[in-house]
Amino acid sequence: MAEVDLKAVRKRYPNGLEAVKGVSIAIPDKALCVLVGPSGCGKSTLLRMVAGLETISEGEISIGDRMVNQVSPTDRDIAMVFQNYALYPHMKVYDNMAYGLRNRGTPRAEIDRRVREAAATLELGHLLDRRPRELSGGQRQRVAMGRAIVRQPKVFLFDEPLSNLDAKLRGQMRVEIKRLQRELGVTSLYVTHDQLEAMTLADLLVVMNAGEVEQAGDPLEIYEKPASLFVAGFIGAPPMNLVDPASAELVGPIPAGAATLGFRPEDAILDGFASEGGLKIRAILDGVEPVGAESYLHAHAPAGGARMIVRTAGRARMEPGTALEIRAPAEKLHWFDAAGRRI
Amino acid sequence: MSGRVVFPNKLLPYLLLAPQLAITAVFFYWPASQALKQSMQREDPFGLRTTFVGFANFRRVLADPNYLNSVQVTAVFSLATAFLALALALPLAVMAEKVVRGKGLYRTLLIWPYAVAPAIAGMLWLFLFNPAMGTFSYLLRANGVAWDPLLKDGQAMGLVVAAAAWKQISYNFLFFVAGLQAIPRSLIEAAAIDGASGPKRFRTIVFPLLAPTTFFLLVVNTVYAFFDTFGVIHAVTQGGPGKATETLVYKVYNDGFVNLQLGSSAAQSVILMGVVILLTAIQFRYVERRVHYG
Repeated sequence: MAEVDLKAVRKRYPNGLEAVKGVSIAIPDKALCVLVGPSGCGKSTLLRMVAGLETISEGEISIGDRMVNQVSPTDRDIAMVFQNYALYPHMKVYDNMAYGLRNRGTPRAEIDRRVREAAATLELGHLLDRRPRELSGGQRQRVAMGRAIVRQPKVFLFDEPLSNLDAKLRGQMRVEIKRLQRELGVTSLYVTHDQLEAMTLADLLVVMNAGEVEQAGDPLEIYEKPASLFVAGFIGAPPMNLVDPASAELVGPIPAGAATLGFRPEDAILDGFASEGGLKIRAILDGVEPVGAESYLHAHAPAGGARMIVRTAGRARMEPGTALEIRAPAEKLHWFDAAGRRI
Repeated sequence: MSGRVVFPNKLLPYLLLAPQLAITAVFFYWPASQALKQSMQREDPFGLRTTFVGFANFRRVLADPNYLNSVQVTAVFSLATAFLALALALPLAVMAEKVVRGKGLYRTLLIWPYAVAPAIAGMLWLFLFNPAMGTFSYLLRANGVAWDPLLKDGQAMGLVVAAAAWKQISYNFLFFVAGLQAIPRSLIEAAAIDGASGPKRFRTIVFPLLAPTTFFLLVVNTVYAFFDTFGVIHAVTQGGPGKATETLVYKVYNDGFVNLQLGSSAAQSVILMGVVILLTAIQFRYVERRVHYG
């Protein structure tokens, strides 16, 4: 039972590089907070600072009511799932899970009960006598999870735990992590570069870029109202279309200072489906990406050459080079100023 | 690594192997066969007559108390050298890993002794600990230690062990550093988060994961102490005092080249050859197996 509170946290390396530039996040008790951003944005560094694996150059990190800046990772009462799982290769699955409890002097019977309970939850019961190298990637991932949950810590930390799994398994584990986190009610911090994972898991989504928080909040709210061009381009797959307002025909008022206009691929309507007001832009089709239930049309504007993606239901049969007229309703447009901030 | 290379010409593979085979034949098979032959012969003092005596040389060698003493000396010397060289190299490697600034410099300095020839290493230690002029002998005596490796068995053994181990520390250090680097950092971090203190992490995670390296080094060091320390012993004690530091290899030299008992010396070489074959077999059987992390 613990809130995690980050106050103006900075990480400066001796060579002058600043990896985290004053980040403040308040994670409520029992919430799952996801840090998402491109590689090198400082999200992993921030997670490692919460774990105590990196020193804090400035600012404060508290877990529960305790300020932990000077507390070693051993005493922070956290558990972490690593990207490469970091299972102890010379220990059996059972011992991997029991290791943390033994180090804390938990009685034998209690260790056995907790390990078997966690193993049952994660369907690892039949694997307890195996060594990590005898397990598949998905099984190793489960053991890493098991090692975290037997400890019953105050906080779970996840460092890209699903990035080494194949797409299908990743989907399953995503659901399972969410379920476990809900059931156990442990405050969690989860780092990923996969925006889909971020969207589906997060109670609180934090989008990071270049060591700073670009936007934090409810995932769907961030999707509906991205605070900056960066967030608009990062959250959502395929990403938001961003065009120069001068290259489009617009019906209705243009906000003052607007430099970029954005609309999501699913909000775009193709020529032939009339719409009241909003945007109309001419484009040339580059190609069609059919993904089954829907198709993505990739196109570019003749003037300026801005690239756009339009989602259409079903299968679109069109030849590359076809001239398109893309429309988007006024209420689905996103405006950004010259500095990239939302208007 | 499937797929065998097929040579179009039947002769070419043999030609490619020929240089190595020639070297092995001239420098190993020929002298080894000579030793085998000689180990079953006895020669008169003037080298005029040789007689075939079967296994008499072996029987005599194995019944000789001096030989059995040498076996014991070799065992003590090898184990002490291997243990000392490993026990000192491991903490040095662990410490060198923790150095933040000037890591490369520390490593280079620690690797240097390996480049010193065994005889020179022996001389260095001899000069430092020579009872007549050694700096350390002076210090030891000033502190009430009756230091005289020329007369005292234990001290002489200590000195050759120290000199032989000192040279080998660099080699072990290098392998331990590589072994430590092969342990993923995240394992150590996971152990820290799992509540293990520094010494406990070393005992329960680092040391077990270094076990393959340690075992490999134990075999290599034993082989080194057995066969490559002739120079050290020759420079420091010449097998003395008495026969307190006369290892098997040194005894082969002493009996053959100094005392000119060629038959006995050859028989001892053949026994040593058997030991080498055994140790190599152990090395191939257990050490060549690789341990996979993760």
